[in-house]
Amino acid sequence: MEPRIRVLVAKPGLDGHDRGAKVIARALRDAGMEVIYTGLRQTPEMIVNAALQEDVQVIGLSILSGAHNAIVPRMMELLREKGMDDVLVLVGGIIPDEDAAELKKLGVAAVFQPGASLEAIVDFIRSAVKQTA
Amino acid sequence: MAKPTGTTTAPVDFKTLSGIPVETVYTAADVAGLEVPPPGEFPYTRGIHESMYQGKLWTMRQFSGFATPEETNRRYLYLLSQGQTGLSVAFDLPTLMGYDADHATAEGEVGKCGVSISSLEDMEILFRGIPLSGVTVSMTINSPAPVIWAMYLAVAEKQGVDWSQLSGTLQNDILKEYIAQKEYIFPPRPSMRLVTDVIEYAMRHVPRFNPISISGYHIREAGSTAVQELAFTLRDGMEYVEWGVARGLPVDSFAPRLSFFFNAHNDFFEEIAKFRAARKIWAETMRDRYGAKDERSWKLRTHAQTAGCSLTWQQPYNNIVRTTLQALAAVLGGTQSLHTNSLDEAYALPSEHAVTIALRTQQVIAYESGVPDVPDPLGGSYFIESLTAEMEREAREYIRRIDHMGGMIPAIERGFPQTEIANASYEYQHSIETGEQKIVGVNAFVEHSEEPLEVLGIDPSAQGHQLEKLAKLKSRRDNAKVEACLTSLRSVAAGRENTMPHILDAVRAYATVGEICDVFREVFGVYTETSVL
Repeated sequence: MEPRIRVLVAKPGLDGHDRGAKVIARALRDAGMEVIYTGLRQTPEMIVNAALQEDVQVIGLSILSGAHNAIVPRMMELLREKGMDDVLVLVGGIIPDEDAAELKKLGVAAVFQPGASLEAIVDFIRSAVKQTA
Repeated sequence: MAKPTGTTTAPVDFKTLSGIPVETVYTAADVAGLEVPPPGEFPYTRGIHESMYQGKLWTMRQFSGFATPEETNRRYLYLLSQGQTGLSVAFDLPTLMGYDADHATAEGEVGKCGVSISSLEDMEILFRGIPLSGVTVSMTINSPAPVIWAMYLAVAEKQGVDWSQLSGTLQNDILKEYIAQKEYIFPPRPSMRLVTDVIEYAMRHVPRFNPISISGYHIREAGSTAVQELAFTLRDGMEYVEWGVARGLPVDSFAPRLSFFFNAHNDFFEEIAKFRAARKIWAETMRDRYGAKDERSWKLRTHAQTAGCSLTWQQPYNNIVRTTLQALAAVLGGTQSLHTNSLDEAYALPSEHAVTIALRTQQVIAYESGVPDVPDPLGGSYFIESLTAEMEREAREYIRRIDHMGGMIPAIERGFPQTEIANASYEYQHSIETGEQKIVGVNAFVEHSEEPLEVLGIDPSAQGHQLEKLAKLKSRRDNAKVEACLTSLRSVAAGRENTMPHILDAVRAYATVGEICDVFREVFGVYTETSVL
């Protein structure tokens, strides 16, 4: 059996709207992945530390507040500093197209906007993790 | 809501969004034995007023706030000039979490989801040119509610407006924060003490102000069903009543000022039934369980907002249609005030153009549709009456379960409402994935090329502007006086005296939201939830 994909679902920033993060966490778990949910109000430092400790292959960030342009670059920088560039980073939430393009330039593998299907997210993670394995 | 996609003669299970089975046809047999008195009569199922909107239309109150107080003030003046009849303040996340604009965690969040307010100075700017005697103002703030309300009262003082003339609503509903929206700071019990301080202070000094808006809106947005929204909201309301009574306040001294806030979601008839059931359960509970004798204590007055979570990013103009149907449900449900969402809110805070269409939607319903002309026009419909009765039955069952847990705080501590909501939201998402629940433009009737929408951008200079203003204020104000006020507040917070007079002294001295909340953090501690997946 293939080892289970390990995913950290994280909710950075001050926003408490965790419906999306929780639904995604459950869907990934139902798809057979090992999911760690950080809970609310995580700083980029907390998320990177959790990712390191839990030895995850994927970090999924849920951001609805518009603070992605402050949070994501900081987190990507920390990942690089710790030599964790191989961790797949996904961002979900209210991310305008032009910001999504910028985030991808920083190394974010995919941005899922409102209406994205759970199946598409699961499929993306499976194929991306297979490629980097 | 599961509808067949093709023609079929096979039996199809129709049900409401809450999962209540829907029969093929409803007849007199479905409402046999149900007595539903006319509008204005106990238990007010059909509305709290005899003539409903013939006497007075609902208040059109668009929730609004972004960037700096200066910019939001301009938006308010515009909305008032367009015929809006009340204001509703949206605060940014740092303010909602009790942090000033210069706090480290505020980086990137200042002015993004609402207006940034750190001090009385910001509040003075927010209401510049808007006499508080002539407008009702709703403020969506919870954990720091006593601080923001104190600032509002201080602005009224500066404008020379007597507090007895002030009318409006403070959300101040902390229980639904633990349950759904998660903008809590302190643990539940000290938070409930602050809520009760506000209720008591309003009763004594600001008698026309609603000191709380007991909110199902956020519970629904977090993914609950309509039945869960109804049940958890009413049970929250009962908790506030019990805390008021335990404070020694006669129930009829504060209950008439408790107000509610419900969601208006997609399932048209179920939403209408929800409003009707809410009024009936509340009236009976207030009279029979809490012994309220004043009929104003029995009447559930509510605000409504169309469902933000129903808005789609795909084919955004369809959101106008969704909002129209939801608004119509709220009006047929007998709401006292209404916010209609804008078509672009799956993308950003609404543009001025989009918010104008949303306001016009209410105006078309109010002035062109004829719907407001008759109180509760659906009263007596076999389907509506039977659905109202079924929602009441299911909500009462939830209320009984929470009573058995010892009330809402123990229920929250064991994660009961949170788990029920998480399950419902996952099931709903699952039904969209399988296509059982159709969402036009998302999983049905999909278009692949869509015109981009012009959305409101938040000026990135907002944060810098707020920081600069705050730094100047901190060097200008009498810092010794601020310290003295905070010290006295600290000792009051540790005791049992009402905190409001001391919060007022602190804000008058220009102590900030962050400074005052830090005093409470020190005395009460902070709350961290155990996440329920």
